Amino acid sequence: MTTYLLIGSQDPFEHSGVQKLYSLAADLAAAGNEVTLMLVENGVLAARRSTVSEALQDLSAKGVSVLADSFALRERGIEQARLQSGVQPAPIDHVIEHLEAGAVAFWN
Amino acid sequence: MNDSKKKTLTFAIMDAPFESARSTTAFRLMDAALRRGHDVRVFAYEGAVALTFDKQAAHPNAVHGRDAAEEDHPLPKDQVRALQALAKDKGCTMEWINCGLCVDERGVGEAIEGTKRGTPGDLWKWAESSDNTLIIPTRG
Repeated sequence: MTTYLLIGSQDPFEHSGVQKLYSLAADLAAAGNEVTLMLVENGVLAARRSTVSEALQDLSAKGVSVLADSFALRERGIEQARLQSGVQPAPIDHVIEHLEAGAVAFWN
Repeated sequence: MNDSKKKTLTFAIMDAPFESARSTTAFRLMDAALRRGHDVRVFAYEGAVALTFDKQAAHPNAVHGRDAAEEDHPLPKDQVRALQALAKDKGCTMEWINCGLCVDERGVGEAIEGTKRGTPGDLWKWAESSDNTLIIPTRG
């Protein structure tokens, strides 16, 4: 089993590639890997309950740990009460924790 | 930090200053790594080589009616200096290499102290010898 950290920085309403990132996370988890999806910058716009956020709930149900950079959430005025179920706010330190632990990190 | 827990982390960045949130996020990640006691290496290429350009200058803002001191415009070179100071304070190292070809193309050879000129081969060597590497690519 490999530990993967996928970092999603893109606005899901602007970039279709975001769905490919989510698919990659799901496929890696289905293959038995430990997968974390960390949303940063405009990537956190997907974390607010909307037409695109259910995909994150699905990822969480499939075993992917879905985190949203708390700084980016604050910048965009997204309060925790508005987050999609399955998404947890987290400090940017989580990225460093994964790098410390030797996770395979991928930025999108 | 216990030396056995100290890691060496390499970051590769390519965004030019004043253009992208990725530069801010990259600096936040470096800051977090140093605060956790790790040695940090940064390989800057393409537009990111201008992050350490020493001739960056603060400017007044007529729209705001402020002079340069009042505007206190943040400059990336000062943010890099702050990270270098943090590294020293934490007993860590912070190495910074700018891709030489990218520097020459942009005419930004006058970089702040504590930075070096190198080649993409340095990134490969760092990636080989670091505990982990994060590539932060740019997008059009």
